[in-house]
Amino acid sequence: MDDRPVIVVGAGPAGTRAAQRLVRAGLRPIVLDENDRQGGQIYRRQPPGFTRPAARLYGTEAGKATALHRDFEAILPDIDYRPGTTAWGVSGDVLLASRGSAVSELSFSAVIIASGATDRIMPCPGWTIPGVFSLGGAQIALKAQACAIGARPVFMGTGPLLYLVAWQYLKAGVPPVAVLDTSSYADRLRGLRQMAARPRVLANGLRYLADLRRAGVMLRTAIRPERIEDDGGTVGGIAWRTARGTLQRAACDAVGVGYGLRSESQLADLLKCDFAFDSVSAQWAPVIDGFGRTSNRQVYLAGDGAVLRGADGAEAAGTLAACALLLDRDHPVATAEIAALQQRVAVMDRFRQGLGRAFPWPAHLAGALLDETIVCRCENITAGEIRHAAQALDAPDINRAKALVRPGMGRCQGRMCGLAAAEILAHARGVPAEQVGRIRTAAPVKPLPLDSRIVP
Amino acid sequence: MSRAPSAAPRRADVVIVGGGFMGAATAFFLRRHGLSVILLERDLIGQAASGVNFGNVRRQGRFLPQLPLSNLSRDLWGRLPELIGEDAEFLPSGHIRVAFTEDNAARLERYAADCRPYGLELELLSGNAARARFPMLAPDVHTVSFSPADGHANPRLAAPAFGRAARRAGAHVLEETEVTGIGKDGEDFVIETRGQGVFRAPLLQISTGAWAQAMAATFGDHLRLIPRGPQMGVTEPVPYRIGPVIGFASDVTEEGVYLRQVARGNIVFGGGRRTDANLVTKRAPLDPLNTIRQMPHLARLLPDIARLRVIRTWSGVEAYLDDDIPVMGPSAGVAGLFYAFGFCGHGFQLGPGVGHVMAELIATGKTSVPIDAFHIGRFRGPDRPNV
Ligand SMILES: Cc1cc2nc3c(=O)[nH]c(=O)nc-3n(C[C@H](O)[C@H](O)[C@H](O)COP(=O)(O)OP(=O)(O)OC[C@H]3O[C@@H](n4cnc5c(N)ncnc54)[C@H](O)[C@@H]3O)c2cc1C
Repeated sequence: MDDRPVIVVGAGPAGTRAAQRLVRAGLRPIVLDENDRQGGQIYRRQPPGFTRPAARLYGTEAGKATALHRDFEAILPDIDYRPGTTAWGVSGDVLLASRGSAVSELSFSAVIIASGATDRIMPCPGWTIPGVFSLGGAQIALKAQACAIGARPVFMGTGPLLYLVAWQYLKAGVPPVAVLDTSSYADRLRGLRQMAARPRVLANGLRYLADLRRAGVMLRTAIRPERIEDDGGTVGGIAWRTARGTLQRAACDAVGVGYGLRSESQLADLLKCDFAFDSVSAQWAPVIDGFGRTSNRQVYLAGDGAVLRGADGAEAAGTLAACALLLDRDHPVATAEIAALQQRVAVMDRFRQGLGRAFPWPAHLAGALLDETIVCRCENITAGEIRHAAQALDAPDINRAKALVRPGMGRCQGRMCGLAAAEILAHARGVPAEQVGRIRTAAPVKPLPLDSRIVP
Repeated sequence: MSRAPSAAPRRADVVIVGGGFMGAATAFFLRRHGLSVILLERDLIGQAASGVNFGNVRRQGRFLPQLPLSNLSRDLWGRLPELIGEDAEFLPSGHIRVAFTEDNAARLERYAADCRPYGLELELLSGNAARARFPMLAPDVHTVSFSPADGHANPRLAAPAFGRAARRAGAHVLEETEVTGIGKDGEDFVIETRGQGVFRAPLLQISTGAWAQAMAATFGDHLRLIPRGPQMGVTEPVPYRIGPVIGFASDVTEEGVYLRQVARGNIVFGGGRRTDANLVTKRAPLDPLNTIRQMPHLARLLPDIARLRVIRTWSGVEAYLDDDIPVMGPSAGVAGLFYAFGFCGHGFQLGPGVGHVMAELIATGKTSVPIDAFHIGRFRGPDRPNV
């Protein structure tokens, strides 16, 4: 018997449900979470001292949020919970995790990674001006700090989060000036059939739209971002083109941008899991089976860190990954439980495919970006420099382009710019995005203090 | 364009196998002698050791008989823009070795005296003088040995730049062309590749870095190359102020760390223990525990570094010979065959010089600087140090 512990990385919906299922089977997992409080991105909790009611914080999802928080608190005595702790590297079969400068070496028999996702960014001129936030950032400001990104914000991009965040701002008393979506009405219709797999979610979405419309928020589809305007160092307005090419603009003091999500899959990469290109999300993803097993026997994945199925999908996938782990070590798990979970995940998956159709990643925008647009903001690398790597320097893949002109070389290690940079490179080479590959992960996954030391 | 050799000739005066820094620079300089060249690289030019190393352009501390070659190379580093049209971010910022103990200081003093006849002038500073000159160093520095004309460059740029310059000069540089077999057929070497056909030439250079052992053995030249991965890392950027490359003078492996600051502010560091590298997967693991082990020694050199954060680490496949000096020059037994590999962790600085000297040797049969110490023949005969 391998008596090394099971580690769950992440305490959002997926990690929480995974840990809970393991506890139910009598295991005592270590649960690592980068945040100081459990809940993940979507059900993020306020810092101590902030006391807005759940209904205001989480809207229609308040019931789920409180259930998840309550269930986590219930298993606290049965897990080794380490908040504020980042898993950042792998040495042999030991996971390295830091809290400040204190590094622990955590050996494990298995690890369930539920590390979530971040916003997916497509740059546009002006996106680095102070006052431009990612949609997720705009949402965190509201949820965790009760702050708005501005008094007259515009939200631009595509995907369900675009409308959710705009609606949350509206409800918080900060009606957005406009919601600008790169996807078209026709895209929306193409995704409808599969999105109908989750009628309640679809109805919520429609309600957000109706509320925004009723509140007089300008709603535009099939737009092409032109630029975010700089007004003496802050955001002064935003300009876009309509499907017909007409230039339009709106004054605003902040912009939230996001084009769907990208999985945080670096730990899976460090743990040598196989990856494949996923055409629905147009990005590389770790290969998993119907349970969340990876090509590495010790590694299971759940939630947005593996497949972008959203919070409900993450809860089901978390339990399912835990069940797979239990099955793999001959714990009894009822067939009915598995069947029910897999059925739920299948529904989410249909919905996910619908979303992919309805709100496609606007790859075509990468080709049209002006040469001087900054793509990698850590290193100040422009679209033109990436094209120079593609052409004059003959870089066939994104790692070579990174080596030669540095996109993805900075603090964020390409988490923010990597997908857009790859798209620009692919466009410049005239090949599909999957042919230019993905940025190889190197430890540390997040910046590591240089006064780090191993603590027992 | 370079990946479809169908248009490329099948025959040349020289075929070079392996497009690291050594192969790319040799191809470039061979064109200046007017020889036709085909360079065959398995992956992309300069992607292996040559593209991931620390970037030290250092002469001090080298094996003394290597200094003439190293001096020549240093001159070429200063002339990169006129030679290949770019500078590969070469910064002649100086290089210092820092001793904290009496013993290590004595070693620095001895080396400074020994290298003078080879034309390398080092400046020794002790105690307060060292601290006044290099105020970023730790207060307990004993002695600093300063080499003002050394410096550092960007390894990711240098070898690919030589590859492109070689191509512009008329060399046929074929990437993604792995050599799977080498033999001799009469006067000609016959070079088989995976999927790209057969190439021929009367002259052949093997510069396949860590992968050279089996190729040399094909021609009866036996030696042992041990693949290892030096451990590198880089911090987030801070305002530029360090200047020289800084190395810890010590014979304790763990303490042997070094660092440099690039113009945009990041501090690149390396040293300490190496990992075992894998020739089949072509990967050398970075062990994050090694990064943590480097930290106290880096902070011993440069106390302020402890306040920064590491943003990335990496390693790369390098090969080491038992005597820690390279193999360079003609084969011991086969006419027309030349070697340039096994640079044992110090080949980056030598890259331009090796290319220059190998091209000279291949084209004219002579070299302007001595390289006899690196002849592969040292591994033959009854007193062979290897095997
Ligand atoms: C992490 C690290 C740090 C280092 N730091 C420094 C430093 O600071 N200063 C310094 O001077 N040196 C340093 N070095 C050493 C330096 O990088 C090497 O000595 C130098 O790059 C060797 O160049 P090369 O051309 O011999 O080998 P490589 O760069 O390894 O090139 C060999 C090439 O041969 C190709 N090849 C192999 N087999 C085949 C085949 N069958 N067919 C076709 N092609 C093939 C490979 O793909 C590769 O491109 C460091 C090395 C490493 C790995």
